[in-house]
Amino acid sequence: MRWLWQGLTTSVGTKFLMALTGMFLFLFTVAHMVGNLQVFAGPDQLNAYAAGLKKLGPLLWVMRLGLLATFVAHILCAFSLVKRNEEARPVQYAVKRPIAATYASRTMIMSGLIVLAFVVYHLAHFTLGWTHGDHFALRDAQGRHDVYRMVVLGFQSPFVALSYVVAMVFLGLHLSHGAASLFQSMGWNRKKYSCFFAGAARGLAMLVVLGNLAMPLSILFRLVGQEVTP
Amino acid sequence: MNLTLKVWRQAGPSDRGRLVTYEAKHVSPDMSFLEMLDVVNEDLIARGEDPIAFDSDCREGICGACSCMIDGVPHGPDRGTTTCQLHMRHFKDGDTITIEPWRARAFPVLKDLVVDRSAFDRIIQAGGFISVNTGGAPDANLIPVPKPDADKAFDAAACIGCGACVAACKNASAMLFVSAKVAHLGYLPQGQSERDARVRNLVMAMDAQGFGACTNTYDCEAACPKEIPADFISRMNRDYRSALLKGDA
Repeated sequence: MRWLWQGLTTSVGTKFLMALTGMFLFLFTVAHMVGNLQVFAGPDQLNAYAAGLKKLGPLLWVMRLGLLATFVAHILCAFSLVKRNEEARPVQYAVKRPIAATYASRTMIMSGLIVLAFVVYHLAHFTLGWTHGDHFALRDAQGRHDVYRMVVLGFQSPFVALSYVVAMVFLGLHLSHGAASLFQSMGWNRKKYSCFFAGAARGLAMLVVLGNLAMPLSILFRLVGQEVTP
Repeated sequence: MNLTLKVWRQAGPSDRGRLVTYEAKHVSPDMSFLEMLDVVNEDLIARGEDPIAFDSDCREGICGACSCMIDGVPHGPDRGTTTCQLHMRHFKDGDTITIEPWRARAFPVLKDLVVDRSAFDRIIQAGGFISVNTGGAPDANLIPVPKPDADKAFDAAACIGCGACVAACKNASAMLFVSAKVAHLGYLPQGQSERDARVRNLVMAMDAQGFGACTNTYDCEAACPKEIPADFISRMNRDYRSALLKGDA
């Protein structure tokens, strides 16, 4: 296995890991958004979806641990690359002007760290129930975990909703570069379809952001779940 | 034209260095950037000061010697040109121009604007060649090369090794340079037998020299005076992936 370790710890190899884990995480955000958009289909649909996920039992844990491992690997690769890149230029320019580099491409570590902080908060909010324990403990008429009321009550608070909105802007920034960049890193990109990859990736990233923004904003402005009161 | 120059002055590799302001007077718009520096240096010599050290050789954009960071852009604001072919007509009277050397751990400053780019030579030594036992000269066109491949190989071979890609990259990465070397031999039949070993050795040598990794920002291709496309980086990544998975452990 030495060949694999040696091959993947080079600058090019680490980017393979970055791209593959990033692609997996990107696809997860798409699936996550599609699942959660069921909030618009009403309490019964969303609570049934959540109960269905819980029923997967051991499979759910395989998925959770796989996701966690991918997330951790993505972060470790990022830190390794940042360290390598910072060491490569110990003295900075007095004047440096980007020529073609987009804002998103130059700020991946910043947007990534903001998304990391958000994920920690998001898990504490909806998965672990640490920040709003009273919302987390709610049960619906059938005795299921009342995800619908938990989400609605959470997003009725302007501070909570706003933090999600801000996080989604940075997630969008991160994905708009990462989703197109992974094709280049993996060597799948060719000139003749680079505009397709970049366009499709940015489009899908935009879709994830808009879908995820629709939930907190529609609840905050009482378009959805106005019947729910604390 | 009259210009204000802020030039990086550094007496030697161990000197801290600093930006020094000079006035460049009576600059003709037809001068090249290096000719403008020559005129400034003549003034400095007349005043008994040390002239600004900078690299130059052919002064026709083909050797890759000149290497100035001009207002934060390698080889200055004009696309697809080296510093020696940048003319002063691209600037306005009264402009302030900041001139710095390439900044990278792998390119230590020797003096003022001159950096040591022998890290590139060491990368080439690791695999930027083909091994042929020489004998009688083969007939021309003995090995058929499809025209599109020959064109691609030539696009890559247009690299003059100036280091603008490294200078422009936020990570001081040499990916565009290395990928051009990988592609230039990889498109040709003569380069096939060593293709896998070449990409592995070049990437390892690039890392060993202390260059950064790629963030796919594409400032390198925008800064390249020979307009070498970042498409070659994707091709190198493809070659590296295939070389990694192929062969015996």
